[in-house]
Amino acid sequence: MTAKTRVPAIEGWFTLDEQAPTLLGSKCTSCGNFAFPKETFFCRNPECQGKEFTETPLSRTGKVWSYTDACYQPPKPYEAADPYVPFALAAVELTAEQMVVMGQVVPGVGVGDLAVGTEVELVLDTLYEDDEHEYMVWKWCPTGAPSGQGG
Amino acid sequence: MPNDKRVAVLGGGMHPWGKWGRNFVEYGLAAAGDALREADMAWTDVQYVAGADTIRNGYPGFVAGATFAQALGWTGARVSSAYAACASGAQAINNARAQILAGLCDVALVIGADTTPKGFFTPVGGDRKDDPDWLRFHLMGATNPTYFALYARRRMELFGATEEDFAAVKVKNARHGLENPYARYRKEVTAEEVLSSPMVADPLRLLEICATSDGGAALVLCSMEWAKRHVGTGDLVTIDAVSTVTPRFPQAIIEMPNFSTDSSATSASVGPTFKQSVALAAYEEAGIGPEDISLAEVYDLSSALELDWYEDIGLCKQGEAERMLRDGDTTLGGRVPVNASGGLSCFGEAIPAQAIAQVCELVWQLRGQATGRQVEGARVGITANQGLFGHGSSVIVSR
Repeated sequence: MTAKTRVPAIEGWFTLDEQAPTLLGSKCTSCGNFAFPKETFFCRNPECQGKEFTETPLSRTGKVWSYTDACYQPPKPYEAADPYVPFALAAVELTAEQMVVMGQVVPGVGVGDLAVGTEVELVLDTLYEDDEHEYMVWKWCPTGAPSGQGG
Repeated sequence: MPNDKRVAVLGGGMHPWGKWGRNFVEYGLAAAGDALREADMAWTDVQYVAGADTIRNGYPGFVAGATFAQALGWTGARVSSAYAACASGAQAINNARAQILAGLCDVALVIGADTTPKGFFTPVGGDRKDDPDWLRFHLMGATNPTYFALYARRRMELFGATEEDFAAVKVKNARHGLENPYARYRKEVTAEEVLSSPMVADPLRLLEICATSDGGAALVLCSMEWAKRHVGTGDLVTIDAVSTVTPRFPQAIIEMPNFSTDSSATSASVGPTFKQSVALAAYEEAGIGPEDISLAEVYDLSSALELDWYEDIGLCKQGEAERMLRDGDTTLGGRVPVNASGGLSCFGEAIPAQAIAQVCELVWQLRGQATGRQVEGARVGITANQGLFGHGSSVIVSR
């Protein structure tokens, strides 16, 4: 049996680098404003008229701004495993970009392992799969002590 | 008064909130009928209909103003339909107010109603990879309570809020709503019941997250001139401000349905937060301050969010909401009761009707008609609400 092909659950939002994936944001060529997901039409800085953007990898690590979990199965279009396995989510502050980016937290890490300030890094994980593909997504994974007393 | 930006409220009406499963138009018409009766006016007197839209009820929901107008019987009245997520009702009020203040009409009817499915609100169907609302469910499984919980956890970390505080908000609001004939849940709950209800999105439990409801609300508004001529000015309840401001860049707090905040790397995030600015604009427009407020109806999508609102509408400084709650300041009989109606806690959310219902409650409170939940001597009230995609509203009502 051959392994399934790994494809991103959404095109162009992150790299498929298994070792050191990054989110792909945009940087305005006029004012330098970062955005995620990528800005493509018009800079969202109201003082800027910029319409051109470079794709820019965002910081791979950050600190938890806040966190929660999903004890109940989210509705479609979330593709939940059967049986449903609850997961944690985190909103993570990226220092260089000075922005907060949300994402699921890797399986096996619950709210009890997290705190505001916990250091996390970006990893790839399977969001769902079909017969041929594994659909990959970014998730946050604590880098610090397993007890989660980061920050 | 050349700069008088007030409009008069002649009547309010609501259809009881619940899970009735009937056509939303029925709730809207029941509310409109009550509002017109309270105003002692006929539908044929109405010159302008402002509908608040629902996105869950097909095309009639997207053109709610016309849907209600047709159901009431075409009269040639001018019409608008507004969608602004949770702030839809306030946008409809503001549309009516703007028409009146511009002198384009004297009497306007505002209506919002919704019929909702069971469970979590879900995005519009299809495979829509350019819609952040669809994508946040698909890529993260992030429901509305996910975002409420992020704010709640943040409150615990920053200000020392406890699970007991969040439960106490629910206990308070449940008690407030006991006698409200329009509330869906009219049952006292104990802190123990709240804290033993299932966890939904840590730290928020089932009894701390507002349900989705069916309901309808309506208001009859008119110009101050028209009110003077027809009902006198002695005892008028007036809408003194309607704030529908958008956030300011860079918005540094994560909001539904976004994946990220704006970046503050090139422009520092200064000044009030979005929710603070919603209320500040209302105070500025009305020419009053938080110290003038007798009572507030705020959007307790979660019990924890109610505490954020105490600070955002200026009832106390940041970090002091828990003390206000614990001291009973926001309980009926306290300094400035919050959600005397029972709030979303007792109503659940009927999106396009909710911001209108908040104003109905203030109107009845200011007239001394809020039986069983009356805030004694109420003179000025404020509403606050927030929806996704950068919507929020605040309405100031006085007598």
